[in-house]
Amino acid sequence: METIDLTKSSLRDLNELLQRQSEIANQKQWEIINPKGAHAVAVGLNASLELSVKGSTGYYCAGMNQKANIKVYGSAGPGVCENMMSGCVTIEGDASQYAGATGQGGLLVIKGNAASRCGISMKGIDIVVHGNIGHMSAFMGQSGNLVVLGDTGDALGDSIYEARLFVRGNVKSLGADCVEKEMRSEHLNILQDLLNRSNANADAKEFKRYGSARKLYNFDIDNAGNY
Amino acid sequence: MTDHKAPHTTPVKPWTFDDHTNSYIRRAAATGIYDIRGGGAKRRVPHFDDLLFLGASMSRYPLEGYREKCDTSVKLGTRYAKNPIELDIPITIAGMSFGALSGQAKEALGRGASAAGTSTTTGDGGMTQEERGHSTKLIYQYLPSRYGMNPDDLRKADAIEIVVGQGAKPGGGGMLLGQKISDRVAEMRNLPKGIDQRSACRHPDWTGPDDLEIKILELREITGWKVPIYIKIGGARPYFDTTLAIKAGADVVVLDGMQGGTAATQDVFIEHVGQPTLACIRPAVQALEDLGMHRKVQLVLSGGIRTGADVAKALALGADAVSIGTGALIALGDNDPRWEKEYNKLGTTAGAYDDWHEGQDPAGITTQDPQLSARLDPILAGRRLENYLKVMTLEAQTIARACGKNHILNLEPEDLCALTIEAAAMAQVPLSGTNWIPGKPEE
Amino acid sequence: MCGIVGLFLKDKSLETALGEMLTQMLITMSDRGPDSAGIAIYKNPTNSFTKITVQSSQPQIDFKNIKTELDNFSNQKLEIITIDTHAIITIETKYLNNIKEILTTSFHNIRIMSIGDSIEIYKEVGLPETVANRFDISKMSGSHGIGHTRMATESAVTTMGAHPFSTGNDQCLVHNGSLSNHNSLRRKLLKEGIKCETDNDTEVAAAYLTYKMNDGYNLGDALKAGITELDGFYTFLVGTKSGFGVLRDPIACKPAVLAETEQYVAFGSEYRALVNLPNIDIAKVWEPEPATVYFWEH
Repeated sequence: METIDLTKSSLRDLNELLQRQSEIANQKQWEIINPKGAHAVAVGLNASLELSVKGSTGYYCAGMNQKANIKVYGSAGPGVCENMMSGCVTIEGDASQYAGATGQGGLLVIKGNAASRCGISMKGIDIVVHGNIGHMSAFMGQSGNLVVLGDTGDALGDSIYEARLFVRGNVKSLGADCVEKEMRSEHLNILQDLLNRSNANADAKEFKRYGSARKLYNFDIDNAGNY
Repeated sequence: MTDHKAPHTTPVKPWTFDDHTNSYIRRAAATGIYDIRGGGAKRRVPHFDDLLFLGASMSRYPLEGYREKCDTSVKLGTRYAKNPIELDIPITIAGMSFGALSGQAKEALGRGASAAGTSTTTGDGGMTQEERGHSTKLIYQYLPSRYGMNPDDLRKADAIEIVVGQGAKPGGGGMLLGQKISDRVAEMRNLPKGIDQRSACRHPDWTGPDDLEIKILELREITGWKVPIYIKIGGARPYFDTTLAIKAGADVVVLDGMQGGTAATQDVFIEHVGQPTLACIRPAVQALEDLGMHRKVQLVLSGGIRTGADVAKALALGADAVSIGTGALIALGDNDPRWEKEYNKLGTTAGAYDDWHEGQDPAGITTQDPQLSARLDPILAGRRLENYLKVMTLEAQTIARACGKNHILNLEPEDLCALTIEAAAMAQVPLSGTNWIPGKPEE
Repeated sequence: MCGIVGLFLKDKSLETALGEMLTQMLITMSDRGPDSAGIAIYKNPTNSFTKITVQSSQPQIDFKNIKTELDNFSNQKLEIITIDTHAIITIETKYLNNIKEILTTSFHNIRIMSIGDSIEIYKEVGLPETVANRFDISKMSGSHGIGHTRMATESAVTTMGAHPFSTGNDQCLVHNGSLSNHNSLRRKLLKEGIKCETDNDTEVAAAYLTYKMNDGYNLGDALKAGITELDGFYTFLVGTKSGFGVLRDPIACKPAVLAETEQYVAFGSEYRALVNLPNIDIAKVWEPEPATVYFWEH
């Protein structure tokens, strides 16, 4: 286990060291202590490291993550896992706005609550939130799955493309072109798999599915009010 | 008694409701949708043609062509980056996406720019392998949509350009209509095929220069602080925008005036939002000077740059380099009269064709149709672009030499005068034949 | 664009450390705003006395003259404490209007930063650490306070352009974001008799709240009215004699983090601002909802 103390090492040294680790490196277990809300912690990683962050982070923690397995023992600031490509990131506390923004792959698990715009523009990432999420979540979501055990805020899935939304709790309101959809066996399978992988204590049958009504796919003047 | 029929007066069409306006109204009434087109502002606005260089005289001596060197090299991104971009000429190719343009067109741009010793830029859609392969220097755009954005390509880029806005539509997002979302484009952008792409107009994970500063930190951390970070803005509030771009940590500011083109957006946006290029440049340079950053944070100007004269004037007013989009496409063969019959069939004529979003370009440039795009030979077209870039550079050098400069960046505002009051006020140079700069207090 | 911080103490034993804690929070936010900084501290409220905080760019001359002038005015011994470019003038409340008159008509070079029983506002151009050192803020005590560090967007970098803005007794406002209709609002408020000194959008927001409260609205309702009448992106932190409030616009893009323990309620633009507060590890940390007024008072 390699430990890096952010009160002693610089952010540049931290990221440079972690980014240098390749698939065949010997050292796989890493720990960062005293993050104290620092920004851009563990960004651009590209190897299947096991990394623990002991404390809360600022903006863009694990940004553009590839392959790494990261656990944050605290809360994460805005844009956690933004543009993530692969790997698995777990936030034990809460996540701020834009969690998983534009993510293309991998799994982001938030044990607490996520704030507004969770999964904005998601492009294939899977996000599981054990708590609640804020407004404008999954805005323009293109693909991937967003699973919420708690409640959502206003305008869920506004302008959504093909991303799938599964919500167990209450949906405050749906956004433009987002509707409730039929839950079929293939959806239940996808959902249960995500719940299991994220250690969520829930049954897929308790959820409802939401997605695109596909009315905005080709411009029609009578839908102008939705733009 | 004479029987006179009163003669008609000559019919007069109103200036306000001219033919074009009436056809716009009819079109709106018929379709119920705003007009979408490509290109930049078409109407005449004060531009570089309204400025003149003074040249050599009794007090200022010219350099001999060929023997007395006039250097055209420029370095972009010297502020923080370990590897700034070194260009042989002060003209770069602006961001245009694969998707908006055919693969062949992107290849031609790469070939031509590399042969001329300059850079190209990706667009809203991501980096293609061909693009990276054909360009010796490639700037990777970071846009609100984040289509195709990924860290591997980010690390392959020579610079990163964060797009806050562009001249055609400051405040608008990208737009690509279903006809151009081919299989390959759809896959790159992670969209279903054949549907309209809606693009966000704000970045998904930051708003405001205070947050942008943190985003720039993240991008630098992912790329090891090696490459320059550009920030591209439209012609909105050039003084404040440039100031804030510098405060947020930009290495280079790219400023795009209203004549700057786009692949597709609402015509009303192009013609009525954003200021002319000539009006933006002095406030941007003023912001650089006020912060002591002129020549330390470089300024790249775009939007209607067409000739070596435009290049020289932009540099004289304080830019470090210029960027071309429309000009490059025309050099490749866009809107060429050889396709006139086909333009007529589309209801237009060579030089006016702007429905690029429909993907039916006869020149094969702004289309994804395989038959049409095969009309463009990337090698020949690349050669044409290289020629054009070289001509512009030679022209700019000719002017610079005539003004007595041994480096093109030594051109200064005092080498210029203006033909109109508007141009004089915007560029802050005297009206030709006078000492008068409108708006500047007499000293 | 900016960084904002606020601290409201529930535990009186922390009051002597208020200045120290607020200063640290503000310095952490320096990256968000390098242009200018300001702090409003609420302390030593008294019923029959009012404090006027003034600023001058030639403090030696002006403050001496002010003392002379005001001594002449009243037989009461008034108190003037000077610190760097600012001075706190404490006078009997019944003389407030007369004193204000004197200050504004006879002293063209001074600016009134705040008036109130409890509030003192210090602001200047420069980094938060520099500004805080000039006024020795870390030695100040108080019951609550708010602070701001500025990156100017569309107005000039000046002392008066810095936040907090105070447009009413014991009231002040700091702002992160950018209002888009501030020019027309400024003109409308002028017609209602409320004059703004700067071209700063935040000052318009502060003036708007004062205007509403003069009209009988309480702070909470004034902020709610602002949700429709103030256009743009904002996180507001408002200070009053008894407490402070937070409001984010309906789109809520500008960041905001709140933390609460039994001892305090703290606000910061980023979690980083809160990390050194006592017991932050067990604090309830959350982000305020859009278009919702949050308020705490003693």
